Amino acid sequence: MKARAFSYHRAHSVDDAREAHARSGDDARYIAGGQSLVPALALRLQAPRILIDINHIEELRGVRCDGEWLRIGALTRHCEMLTDPLIAEFAPLLRAAAPFVAHPAIRNRGTLGGSVALADPASEFPAMMLALDAEIEIAGTSGRRRVRADDFFIDLFETAVGPGEIVTAILVPRFRCNQRICFDELARRRGDYALVGCGMLATCKDGLVETIRIAFFSVGNVPTRARSAEAVVSGARIDADRIVAAQAALDRDLAPPESDEVPPAMRLHLARVLLGRLLARMSEAA
Amino acid sequence: MNALTSLDRPNSYIGRSVPRPNAKRLLAGRGRYVTDIRLPRMLHAAFLRSPYAHARIISIDVDAARALAGVHLVATGADIARICAPWTGTLDHFKGMTSEPQLPLPLDRVVWAGQAVVAVVAESRALAEDALELISIGYEELPAVVDLDAARQPGTPRVNPSGTSNICFRTQLDSGGVDEAFASAAHVVEEEFSFGRHTPVTLEPRAIVADYDAESGSLTVHHATQTPYQFQDLYARHYGIPEARVRVIAPDIGGSFGMKLHVYHEDMAVVGLSILLARPVKYVADRIESFVSDIHARDHHVRARMAVDVEGKILAMDIHDATAIGAFSTYPRTSVVEGNQVVRLIGAPYDFKSYRAVLEVVFQNKVQTSQYRAVGHPIACAVTERMVDLAASQVGIDPFTMRARNVIADNAYPTASPTGYKFEALSHEICLQRLRGIMDYDALRTEQAELRQRGIHRGIGIATFVEITNPSPAFYGVGGARISSQDGATLSLTPSGEVRCAISVTEQGQGTEAIIGQIVADQLGVAQDHVKVITGDTEVTPHGGATWACRGAGIGGETALQAARRLKANILEIAGLILQEQPSALDIIDGQVVGVATGQLRLPVAEIARIAYFRSDTLPPGTQAQLTVSHHFAPQGYPFAFTNGIQGCYLEVDVHTGFIKLLKHYVVEDCGRIINPMLVDEQLRGGVVQGLGAALFEECRYGETGQLLNGSLADYLVPMAMEMPDIIIDHVETPTADTILGAKGCGEAGTAAASACVLNAVNDALAPLAASINAIPITPARVLKALGRY
Ligand SMILES: Cc1cc2nc3c(=O)[nH]c(=O)nc-3n(C[C@H](O)[C@H](O)[C@H](O)COP(=O)(O)OP(=O)(O)OC[C@H]3O[C@@H](n4cnc5c(N)ncnc54)[C@H](O)[C@@H]3O)c2cc1C
Repeated sequence: MKARAFSYHRAHSVDDAREAHARSGDDARYIAGGQSLVPALALRLQAPRILIDINHIEELRGVRCDGEWLRIGALTRHCEMLTDPLIAEFAPLLRAAAPFVAHPAIRNRGTLGGSVALADPASEFPAMMLALDAEIEIAGTSGRRRVRADDFFIDLFETAVGPGEIVTAILVPRFRCNQRICFDELARRRGDYALVGCGMLATCKDGLVETIRIAFFSVGNVPTRARSAEAVVSGARIDADRIVAAQAALDRDLAPPESDEVPPAMRLHLARVLLGRLLARMSEAA
Repeated sequence: MNALTSLDRPNSYIGRSVPRPNAKRLLAGRGRYVTDIRLPRMLHAAFLRSPYAHARIISIDVDAARALAGVHLVATGADIARICAPWTGTLDHFKGMTSEPQLPLPLDRVVWAGQAVVAVVAESRALAEDALELISIGYEELPAVVDLDAARQPGTPRVNPSGTSNICFRTQLDSGGVDEAFASAAHVVEEEFSFGRHTPVTLEPRAIVADYDAESGSLTVHHATQTPYQFQDLYARHYGIPEARVRVIAPDIGGSFGMKLHVYHEDMAVVGLSILLARPVKYVADRIESFVSDIHARDHHVRARMAVDVEGKILAMDIHDATAIGAFSTYPRTSVVEGNQVVRLIGAPYDFKSYRAVLEVVFQNKVQTSQYRAVGHPIACAVTERMVDLAASQVGIDPFTMRARNVIADNAYPTASPTGYKFEALSHEICLQRLRGIMDYDALRTEQAELRQRGIHRGIGIATFVEITNPSPAFYGVGGARISSQDGATLSLTPSGEVRCAISVTEQGQGTEAIIGQIVADQLGVAQDHVKVITGDTEVTPHGGATWACRGAGIGGETALQAARRLKANILEIAGLILQEQPSALDIIDGQVVGVATGQLRLPVAEIARIAYFRSDTLPPGTQAQLTVSHHFAPQGYPFAFTNGIQGCYLEVDVHTGFIKLLKHYVVEDCGRIINPMLVDEQLRGGVVQGLGAALFEECRYGETGQLLNGSLADYLVPMAMEMPDIIIDHVETPTADTILGAKGCGEAGTAAASACVLNAVNDALAPLAASINAIPITPARVLKALGRY
């Protein structure tokens, strides 16, 4: 299929992009990496009157330290998660997740901002925002604001980003030496969206887990924190009993929807298996 | 010591891993596929498709679409029916089979979700799709027949209201003695299998450019097809154009696997649209359309029983195969060949007498199924080999021992299967031994046992198979299909002493042109660089069956071989006149005429060509040099050249997630004379990968209303490199004596047994856990269900 005809505007600043959006009467789409948008256009699932290209907005680029935060520009490509030294040092969970995101050709273009703004519940990075306790910087009519990841994902493909607003950067608390990460997913084939996936960030002390944030993806309409499982593990030493208890607690955290291929009970089972494996790894690292 | 072999003779290309001459060109992006063709004044077609699996068409409103600027034609079923004769996908030798007549676009009823209903032709594909959005069709939904078992129930809604049931075809085989054998057997094993629907997924989708010239009344079709002559015949007859004025050109083709030799409604429509407009019209199926309109395959439910004696000797098999084929039987090869081959190939590697099978082919409201790589073989092989494993475990013997006791002995040929297939010479015993060796079977079993102690569940599976190749007219011709089982080649010596070979077999990426070039160069005694092979154009090559069912090497290759020998004789005749020698005293080596006895160089072949073409006055009076020969070859002798082989698989089942990791795959195969070992190995590997896709990933999943749920490459999983194991290959060579060349086919062997191996290996891994799997694809959901994990 071929996309319906659309106009194109290359934006050179955030304001320029937002004004173009406003002029279109909100019948516009921002295009970043295009790896989700272009297929949707080709399938005519979306047919905006105008595409606003944000790829040339300089301020959306780059990764830098900003006090206790790592600031990752919205246009940072998935492939940069694998190569950027600051990300490797201060946001290693993103680096750990990146190889599981699609394939090299897609990672070369797809952007972190696009992934988070789209908020596909099967995507790796949105869930990692939860695990990292990241904040999303949004440019809107009333200027810039920062939204905590916990408040960002509202429903299926619905986020705190309002019409015409732009995600400008992701802010991640800098990784500390007493922290540990773990990431894995169960996907039928390498690079596929996972049947279930999970990333976690633990703050440890003397072999105990002080606090832990556990985030699942591909388990429902939004990336989801496993708060009950977190509670089971927090303040404790991870041992076999804890792992079983955390797995049991997942019942209260996840309610996977009906799907023709993976029944809810199976997805929950897989989430438990994955959680068990990741916590076992975490216990070795703690 | 370096002994000289026949391969050390100059130009000894048969048996050599010569690279494909077209590989670099294609790799460099210089391929010319149908999609690349842009003709002057060419227009583009797009189709509006039915959202319903079964519905009556109440109204079609195309006014707004017609009015859109850039739209040249909006055509409904009725518009094209005026110029196109309908077709029916039945063949006479399938007694009693029925199927409804078909037209390019339906008149009043749609029978599957995704069926093309209205065509738009516009200046561009995008514009044509804009116009589709302006068309409104009123439907009255009818009850859809979706599930295979439901389709067979009495009282189920009918796919074709004019029929009396949903049965397309039913047949029965009975060699006798089955009930007695079961009654007296020491062990009886039973199983019910289900095989999912899948679809070929070629890299290049279906593509066609039809170009009707109203002034000369001639039609040229650039068509991504395996079988140009078959389509020349069909376009001529269904549109009433004399055959000689229809030209079908198949340029570079990006894979086919059987998918591109069936009549598709859109393709037939595009020819009609070009006739209506007297302009070239192009249509390229996109991936979403491919999923709902390319043929699907498989979709079988099989009940099987096997009787064995105390030693594990097979006594009898009793089979019921039900298969659903969509709303129509495909034209012109039908949709019952797969089922027919399933019931005839089951048990084929084994020496037993009593066999009974029932085949039931039913209609349903889905896209048609038809011949796809290894037609029927994977089903027959999986059923047979799983039954053999079940029997072996009942008897308490190793799967290798079980097979060694039952395969037809290598010295028992010629012989026949209980279903009547005649075998010239197969090599099961030696293949079995070889497989055991390359797998290092005993070591694998030791490793498996050790790992089980640690909760790691590995499985080993093997599967013996036979493959049908080199089909004679017994395949289609006897049923009334105008599908040739012979091939033709025209070989010319060019004035500069090179060779041009125009041959009716075709190239879809498997290397047909390479092996034809090897054979011609080898037989003539010239460098392969000096042989140009031309395929895929009805205006250029003689008539022939082309490439399908594993016939390119065996039949096309023999055609080229015989043609080359005739051309060589003609060249040597002229050489004899020039050199005042008996032609029998001369030979050609490396483009030079030499003395047979002395090996002495006498004359370049190029010099003979120069004299014959430009200085015929210097030849003896009355000499007419024949430096072009046309030659045809039709297989005679055995109706099919059967090949055989055996595969092995080593894998690991994660019993907590249901995921399966393929660790290694092994193939021992006997395709007779090997022309190009590298190409044979890659055919086998590619075929294995398709079989592994079927085993673990590929399945067209439908919802209750007959909607395809996973019709995109994001949801329909094809096997990818990361998940594929290394594939170790070994060969046994038992040439057929029916031809000089001795080649049989190898294109389907990989696919034939790969899924059976995986099924056996997974069951081997699960056996200690008292779980078993009887359906493919073997998804995590099925494994976890079998293990009762959730
Ligand atoms: C074959 C394939 C496989 C894939 N597999 C995976 C996978 O396994 N895991 C995974 O996570 N993803 C996968 N993806 C998706 C890919 O990661 C996308 O790149 C990503 O989801 C979106 O990023 P993008 O920059 O391409 O966004 P685009 O496609 O350009 O945009 C997506 C949406 O977000 C909006 N948008 C983009 N940037 C911004 C912004 N800064 N502010 C506000 N709105 C914005 C756009 O308007 C659009 O609506 C796959 C894609 C393909 C094609």
